Amino acid sequence: MKKEFKVIADLLPNNSRVLDVGCGDGSLMNFLVKEKNIETRGLELDQNNVQDCLNKGLTVIQGDAETELYQFPKKSFDYVILSQTLQAFYKPDKVLNELLRIGKSVIVSIPNFGYWKVRTSLLLFGKMPVTKTLPNFWYNTPNLHMCTIKDLFNYCSDNNINIKKVIGVNENNISLIKKNNLEIKNLFSKLGVFLIG
Amino acid sequence: MNYKTENIKTITVSKALKLDCGRTVKDFPLAYETYGKLSDTKDNAILVFHALTGDQFVSGINPVTKKEGWWVTAVGPGKAIDTNKYFVICANVIGGCMGSWGPKEIDKKTKEPYGLNFPVITIKDMVKAQESLLDHLGIEKLLCATGGSMGGMQLLQFCTTFPKKTFSAIPIACSSSHSAQNIALNELARQAIMADPIWDNGKYFLKNTQPKNGLAVARMVGHISYLSEQGMQEKFGRKLQEKADYEFSFNADFQVESYLRHQGSSFVERFDANSILYITRAMDYFDLSKQFKDGLAEAFKNQTTKYLVISFSSDWLYTTKENKDIVIALNASGADVSYSEIETDKGHDSFLLNESEFLKTLKAFIDSMYEKFKK
Repeated sequence: MKKEFKVIADLLPNNSRVLDVGCGDGSLMNFLVKEKNIETRGLELDQNNVQDCLNKGLTVIQGDAETELYQFPKKSFDYVILSQTLQAFYKPDKVLNELLRIGKSVIVSIPNFGYWKVRTSLLLFGKMPVTKTLPNFWYNTPNLHMCTIKDLFNYCSDNNINIKKVIGVNENNISLIKKNNLEIKNLFSKLGVFLIG
Repeated sequence: MNYKTENIKTITVSKALKLDCGRTVKDFPLAYETYGKLSDTKDNAILVFHALTGDQFVSGINPVTKKEGWWVTAVGPGKAIDTNKYFVICANVIGGCMGSWGPKEIDKKTKEPYGLNFPVITIKDMVKAQESLLDHLGIEKLLCATGGSMGGMQLLQFCTTFPKKTFSAIPIACSSSHSAQNIALNELARQAIMADPIWDNGKYFLKNTQPKNGLAVARMVGHISYLSEQGMQEKFGRKLQEKADYEFSFNADFQVESYLRHQGSSFVERFDANSILYITRAMDYFDLSKQFKDGLAEAFKNQTTKYLVISFSSDWLYTTKENKDIVIALNASGADVSYSEIETDKGHDSFLLNESEFLKTLKAFIDSMYEKFKK
């Protein structure tokens, strides 16, 4: 179980209705169904992942989150989850708006481009960073719009998106991120998990 | 066609059926076949709805035509729909010609085949007739119901007319209403039959014959629509049929011509021309949203059935968009719906072929549904 999934699961109340956008092979959904009796739906692009979800008895719709979120009605889910994919969209702002339309709350996690190792890679070595959370090279990365925890924090404030909770995730610990510790957490968190909406 | 259909499993539907056209019928035959064994707890039954030119012989060898059943790729021992595990049922639609009540059956009043005196039926009429079969077999709730093309349309109708009858449903390559293009293609098929002088207003049976030329053309139209442009190009290209060069004639020089002619001529041996008229009409009249004041979302309101909708990327007869519209409507009504678009260049025909991604998806869903449903 990935630490991030545990963090996300802890944000969700039992028996809620959840849409997992880019649900992969359904690991998170499976965990949520079993541990918290959550009613899940997934949206996933890849055919093999879709089959894996169906094999697990999960409900999944094959489709592209960039273009196909329109099919879900307004506020049809208690929570919509987007795990580490926001940066891979052509238009992350449009996708974020769609998530906020569909879900009463939205959980977005991002690999933090403000993490110190990422910063030093560029600063000291003059190379695009390659880390555990950003494993690809500049030429084959699916990431189009990298951002930092601070960027997303500011984006939400600037666009009147209500920030309910932000959690910084590292291998060994998780911590709450607020306005007053944003600078330091932005430097030392590998991953940011935002509960917004 | 000159098949004997006497030895086919048939029930007589005694419950009065009020047809959409206004007529009420009862005591009519409904032919069916089953595969596998119904479990003691009756929790493993899967109902299959067949497409336009299909019949109840889904798997194994069709005892009438002596050819393989139309869905052997998916149904049988060890297949995606595993008949070692599941009990598979399929009925011939009313309006059809494989033993169920249809235009070639004898009208008790006139003592001769109905021909055009057969009432115009709808998808809903077909589905209502088949519900009686479930009663006959003592099945209260199906594990799953499925069907491709017109079979998928019957399935959508079945789920909305009898919302509690199936635990899960897999509509494949279908639509919630027939598009203008679909109606146009069906009209082409009907006009081909009716333009054949042998058809004689549907009375060809009096002369114990069949409008073979018209019916063959109708079938050719169908076959073109079941393939994709790319699939056809790959399969046939401009290849010539067992000859080195053009013949400078109107014989079948090209392989694709030969293929169509073969499909046409073999079809007339097994299908009744009037049945094509009636069944295509039923398809054209199908518009699920028309049956409900607030459209499709209302049709699927309060559905507890778990759905898997499947479409094929190169299907231009029942496009991905049309299938997706079903998913959107199901989502809008809060139903439990999965969806998969299978990437293939085989067109609409894909659901009948050995498309491994499709079959794996089908199996994954049915097996997981069984785990949830079994008693």
